[in-house]
Amino acid sequence: MTANWANKRGVGAGALLAWAGLALLPLIGFITENTSFDYYMYMGQSMLIYAIAVLGLNLLIGFNGQISLGHSAFFALGAYTTAILMNFGGWPYWATLPIAALVCFLAGLAFGFPALKLEGHYLALATFTLAIAMPQLLKYKAIAGWTGGVGGVLLDKPDPPEWTGLSADQFLYYLCLFCAMSLFWLVFNLLRGRSGRAIMAIRDHTMAASTMGIDIARYKTVAFGISAGITGIAGALSAITVAYVAPDSFTLQLSISFLVGLVVGGIASLPGCLIGGAFIVLVQNSAQSISDWMKGTFALRYDVPAWAIYGVLLLALMYVLPDGIAGGCARIRAWWTTRGRREAQS
Amino acid sequence: MKKLTRRTVLSGAATMLAAPAIAAGKYSPGASDTEIKIGQTMPYSGNASAYGQNGRAHAAYFKMINETGGINGRKINLISLDDGYSPPKTVELARQLVERDQVLFLYAPLGTQCNTAIQKYMNQKKVPQLFVSTGASKWGDPAHFPWTMGWQPDYRTEGEIYAKHIKQTIKNPKIAILRQNDDMGNDYVSGFRELIASFKDSIGPDAIVADATYEVTDPTVDSQILQLKNSGANVFYNVTTPKFAAQAIKKSAEIGWKPVQYIVNVSASIGAAIKPGGFENAQGIITAQYIKDITDPSWATAPDFMEWKAWMEKYNSSANPMESANATGYASAFTVTQVLRQCGDDLTRENVMRQAANLHDLEVPMLLPGIRLNTSPTDFYPIKSVRLSHIEGEHWKLFGDLISRDAV
Amino acid sequence: MDFFIQQIASGLTSGAIYACVALGLVMIYVSTDHINFAQGEMAMFATYLAWAMINAGVPYWIAFGLTIAVAFFGGLFIQRVILKPLEHAPVLALVVCFIALLSIFNAIAGMIWSYTIKQFPSPFPSHDLFGNGLVSVQQLGVVGVTLVMLGLLTVFFRFTTLGLAMRAAAQNPASARLMGVRVAWMLALGWGLAASIGAIAGMLVAPIVFLDPNMMNGILVYGFASALVGGIGNPMGAVAGGFIVGVLENLVGSYVIGNELKLSFALVVVVGVLLLKPAGLFGRVIVRRV
Repeated sequence: MTANWANKRGVGAGALLAWAGLALLPLIGFITENTSFDYYMYMGQSMLIYAIAVLGLNLLIGFNGQISLGHSAFFALGAYTTAILMNFGGWPYWATLPIAALVCFLAGLAFGFPALKLEGHYLALATFTLAIAMPQLLKYKAIAGWTGGVGGVLLDKPDPPEWTGLSADQFLYYLCLFCAMSLFWLVFNLLRGRSGRAIMAIRDHTMAASTMGIDIARYKTVAFGISAGITGIAGALSAITVAYVAPDSFTLQLSISFLVGLVVGGIASLPGCLIGGAFIVLVQNSAQSISDWMKGTFALRYDVPAWAIYGVLLLALMYVLPDGIAGGCARIRAWWTTRGRREAQS
Repeated sequence: MKKLTRRTVLSGAATMLAAPAIAAGKYSPGASDTEIKIGQTMPYSGNASAYGQNGRAHAAYFKMINETGGINGRKINLISLDDGYSPPKTVELARQLVERDQVLFLYAPLGTQCNTAIQKYMNQKKVPQLFVSTGASKWGDPAHFPWTMGWQPDYRTEGEIYAKHIKQTIKNPKIAILRQNDDMGNDYVSGFRELIASFKDSIGPDAIVADATYEVTDPTVDSQILQLKNSGANVFYNVTTPKFAAQAIKKSAEIGWKPVQYIVNVSASIGAAIKPGGFENAQGIITAQYIKDITDPSWATAPDFMEWKAWMEKYNSSANPMESANATGYASAFTVTQVLRQCGDDLTRENVMRQAANLHDLEVPMLLPGIRLNTSPTDFYPIKSVRLSHIEGEHWKLFGDLISRDAV
Repeated sequence: MDFFIQQIASGLTSGAIYACVALGLVMIYVSTDHINFAQGEMAMFATYLAWAMINAGVPYWIAFGLTIAVAFFGGLFIQRVILKPLEHAPVLALVVCFIALLSIFNAIAGMIWSYTIKQFPSPFPSHDLFGNGLVSVQQLGVVGVTLVMLGLLTVFFRFTTLGLAMRAAAQNPASARLMGVRVAWMLALGWGLAASIGAIAGMLVAPIVFLDPNMMNGILVYGFASALVGGIGNPMGAVAGGFIVGVLENLVGSYVIGNELKLSFALVVVVGVLLLKPAGLFGRVIVRRV
């Protein structure tokens, strides 16, 4: 988390390679016979969506030093904005994305103001309460005409434009990829510039930052707003790809998943967000597979619960890589690049 | 002329032996000569995890089937995955089961919102979404969703049956409702409310005097019960899940509120709701049943009960024998096994759906005597009848006649 | 009027439950400076152990005592063995650990004892005190036990050397070490005590809400809110916060806004209180000088 993390050599090339790789993945669909390819595309969409959500959270927690356990509420807000616009307004899906972002940005700003006075645990509690309150609010009778109440809103999955020749899932993958690339690029540039340095300075030493003339209040609230807006876009994309929004999809459990993904990926690491997104989607299924494997291999009488395995995996990850996977990679790289120096010394 | 080598003889023999197998079965993905692979999503974790017992009962039933010869010589392979009652997760798992694991169909996925999330997908992909584990009234719609079918009596009709009973038996009903703030709660109450409103000439326009909701994440419903008592109601429509039903029963007794209580079938389990609430507090509570009360000794000599008991002891011994999900799951699994048997060697998805829509007067074990399953291409409500019963002593005692969906 | 009193009594009972949970949270915070998200699940697990003992025939009070002891050593074990390797890890990594523990406890409890609710006996008779259904002995009992625990904890922290040592170890480990305090064991002791308090909370709660692996989910949220509204470093604040939250929740749901917006209202209240008093109602704002 050094100030010049963005100027590290190799960041640019590595990032380009990663994005190019992600962009080429759907093209495999044209040459493979595998019938589950569309399913993998769907999983890819989920991973990118969670990566965007984690990016939003990372901006707030990793780069600005605040905390939020309530980002599921902004995710929900983005999803419902899209759902309502598509369902009642007949808007095309792509037009709802900027509106969802704007709505969530404003909501984030609104929450950011009172958040200014709250530190650490207290901010965590306030956002925690927000996450808990959201599902109940979404079910409220008075707005049920718009939100669909407890039943939620069913949407139509968008069809890909004819000229692309892509399947619906490939197309939606590209949509998610495009949004992810744009948002990552936006955040990257934001953090490289003056505002980014201000935001990070607030995280590192608030008092020193304010004596340097940085307007703490402004940057903190704007950071909250942008963070909420980004997670809101993730929510909007989720509404489009899942084609259904319901209050029970946006519980506290979702906020906790974002946080876990953030920490596992690596706080204050942009590639960590992608890793975190993939982690959230994959680890639950992996835990289930490991549970099945254990039952089979050891001929157990009882199922080993998948969530217990998930917990153990998380603990193990935290022991080995308390800085997250990206943090671990950074340490390995540091160890590698200084080995010459160490060998020379010994 | 080809040399008559051992290889040619063997390959010729192989072709001859293979031929009958190719001709015998028509298969969709998931079915083969030896296996029928079916998928399922269940809440094994999270707030609805108590319902996961249904999935375990299904698995235990299929284990019995597999160990006693299978279905037409094929073993059932149930892949049951945990969706934590979260609709996006259900979507992901349904796609995994259909596209990656290539199951023949989805059997009894649980949860109204979860099934809503995948209904369009399943119908687009033309994969059966069979005997869904929810009583929402929307599953019997073959015109729009020909690949989705429910199983249990639907909630709306059940609510209407209670409304009718209130009108028939209570002079000046003042009804208080406690409901879970979700789809199930809504469905149970909407039909009830409409019917009560239509009875305004006989019971007055303001029969419903209180309507309190709670969230599944609430610790207790004590506050809501106090509110309901305060409304002066003499009828209590208890639309809750087992844990909260037990709390409601207990608290009502504690504060000395003794209305006529109707409890929804979802919470009619003696083991999961009535006993914890307290038998002494639960006397006279009414519910609509379609499954035999497994704690009632008067069924002990019924042949289907004895078979069920033997199955519980051999294949499902870790389960709570007072938990009604073990009976419901057994009956549901019997139904789907019957459908598969009827398919014979034509295990295509179309045929599975066709057979499911072709059940006539099917007698299913553990269902109350007189309740038979009936489906047709235009009727996707397999179980349409219930009987009212009330708590007497420590069991449900049936009274009245069979009430059917069409008659309400 | 009866209704009002009943709502308050009911609110005080739930409030006592939240206060118990909050006490455990405060305990861990005061001794280790962390918020333990797994507090609820640990309490639930301990309660299941008690249930298993009672089911096997052990008399209630012996099971009660044994459970507290087992919980104490369990808490100690968790801090010394499972959390020790992460002493120097970033705070959020620790939070993820708590989440991991939460998942493990919940899943294992579900696996061993299933998800169907179970009855848990109460040490208090269930008849009501004044014969008119307003307040029951059970409710008074729960409130009473909570207040006793609060009293013991306050005395412990304020007036005993061990309590002082624990507070010192949490606030300034380096200086405490120099004074001869075994900091590592203080942390472990804190966890042990918190686990015991949690076990008591669980055993008080279970007769009312019934025992199931998800029993503490909803309660933890309110316990968390109570601890913070009252001031996280302060046992008295936590208990007061608990009662306030419990009573308000009931009154608001009944008189003001209906049950359907209770949680949103709670959000507004929490944010409001924290804006007015950022360290909680009874907390002290710590001024850091540069």
